Amino acid sequence: MLRVFWIGWLFNLKNLTNSLFFVLISVLQPVIFASIAFFMFDRGDRGGGLLYAALGAGLMGIWSSTLFGSGGAIQWMRWQGTLEIAVAAPVRFLWILLPLTISTATIGLYSIVATLFWGRVFFGVPLSFVHPALFALALPVTVVSLGLLGLVLASTFVLYRQASAFSNLLEYPVWLATGLLVPLSLLPGWVEWLSWVLAPTWGMEAVRNAALGGEVWEGLGMCVLLGAVYLVLGSFFMHNFERRARQQATLSLT
Amino acid sequence: MNVVEAVDLRRTYKTTTGTIRRRSLEVEAVRGISFAIAEGELFGLLGPNGAGKTTTIKMLITLLIPTSGEARVLGHDVVEDARWVRERIGYVFGGDRGLYERLSAMDNLRYFAELYGVEPKGQRARIDELLELVGLKGREKERVEGYSRGMRQRLHIARGLLHDPPVVFLDEPTIGVDPVGARELRATIASLTASGKTVLLTTHYMFEADALCDRIAVIANGEIVAQGTPQELKAGVADGSVVEVEVFGVEERSVERLRQLAGVRAVTVEDQEQKQLLIVQTAPGLELTHAILSQLDGASVGRVSSREPTLEDAYVALVTAA
Ligand SMILES: Nc1ncnc2c1ncn2[C@@H]1O[C@H](COP(=O)(O)OP(=O)(O)OP(=O)(O)O)[C@@H](O)[C@H]1O
Ligand SMILES: [Mg+2]
Repeated sequence: MLRVFWIGWLFNLKNLTNSLFFVLISVLQPVIFASIAFFMFDRGDRGGGLLYAALGAGLMGIWSSTLFGSGGAIQWMRWQGTLEIAVAAPVRFLWILLPLTISTATIGLYSIVATLFWGRVFFGVPLSFVHPALFALALPVTVVSLGLLGLVLASTFVLYRQASAFSNLLEYPVWLATGLLVPLSLLPGWVEWLSWVLAPTWGMEAVRNAALGGEVWEGLGMCVLLGAVYLVLGSFFMHNFERRARQQATLSLT
Repeated sequence: MNVVEAVDLRRTYKTTTGTIRRRSLEVEAVRGISFAIAEGELFGLLGPNGAGKTTTIKMLITLLIPTSGEARVLGHDVVEDARWVRERIGYVFGGDRGLYERLSAMDNLRYFAELYGVEPKGQRARIDELLELVGLKGREKERVEGYSRGMRQRLHIARGLLHDPPVVFLDEPTIGVDPVGARELRATIASLTASGKTVLLTTHYMFEADALCDRIAVIANGEIVAQGTPQELKAGVADGSVVEVEVFGVEERSVERLRQLAGVRAVTVEDQEQKQLLIVQTAPGLELTHAILSQLDGASVGRVSSREPTLEDAYVALVTAA
């Protein structure tokens, strides 16, 4: 199983990076994000504030690539005609889709690196981390938890076709609700429960605290916990999707 | 033992038409099909467009759940034991979709080998062997987006055989392949049964079915209208004969009149460059050539000949009667 996962991850990563559009998005977007974030912050502040913003911008990139890559994954496979082949394979459909959604999040990892790089070059963001080792751990954990959230997205979007219409609308609100753009304390109280169930919130917390100092383990723990919940939800939805698609003959419609 | 068994299989599709006033429509694609394929047999499923061949295959390969009826592969139910069945079947659809365009044939095959549970150690050798078999050796590193239709079709066949399945479903596997390539593919298909595999094949090429199939079922409008060996099917029309008439600019009216003629079983019109070829199947013991020519309203007539019926003639007679 692990091997199927690993090969699938590599395969999808290769497939995605071969797509010019996708690469363009993840090369250009972070630069734009970085600039916006820096200009929003006090330009006199050359210290932690900038790194804080840069990390937020980087995570925005991960979220965008997960949202678009995972949200449309099944529809893409349907267009390509690979969905039928994937479903007809003896391995469970979950093991085909999960590596895909995680690889879309992994592509987003690039946007953090890119944002930090551009931040360093253009805006003189200091790249010194308080807990480098924890930072190195927090990033992949965040990426995987976002990939798992992508799995839930992929499965809900395909089960409820109307939902995919919202996929574009999900980009900005989630940036807001997870504290990527502005600190959560600035948002109205009711957003809190939403932030709480979204892994990017905790991933952001862990990544920022690892970089700037503060409690890292709480965020990491929540990422793992939420990731597990997403996995259960996602596999349940996937199972439903497969059954329904075989009943309603929607595997090969274009 | 029967390797593939279908018992009164049915499948309806629900579709909706119209955007404002939505009406749901039911299409009965397969209406009670039963057949059995023995081990090592090459079984053909023939029928016109929309007859329900692909639908039948998709039920057998677990991609569609039958509306009613049962199907078993190697004794296991295709709905209850879907995973068990998937491990032991291979399938190939005609056409050029279903591949990862941006990756090479090699990447595609490696990935599918993993999904189909091919032993990691044997993967390389197996992929090599298949590339050789389908004639893609040497081009496996190129991206699929640059492949021609026939090359994609070959890649599909390689994919379908990766895990060396004992049962293989081929839905129009030679579509879009050039004549030489198609001939090679037919040899490959024949070699599958020679090595003990059981094959279900659909095709629109009658000579292909005649050359390859041990047994054939003809399906029309979702029902089996005839079943037997190619010889048996031909025997159904063998007592009659076939008159072929070359005409230049025949009118639909005349063809309709021909169809009404006593003793005429079926008429098909084949368009060839400036002329048409009328293929008229007639009942036995009648000399209809004269009557046929007199129905053509003085359209200019070329070569007229009469011959023994082929599988194609048997097929046409069966399908037009249905
Ligand atoms: N997903 C679907 N939704 C609705 N109707 C469908 C669907 N798939 C097939 N049909 C209908 O079911 C009928 C049988 O189609 P099927 O594809 O099985 O025919 P076929 O014998 O394979 O034809 P062909 O020779 O053209 O491949 C057709 O009327 C077709 O329009
Ligand atoms: Mg078909």
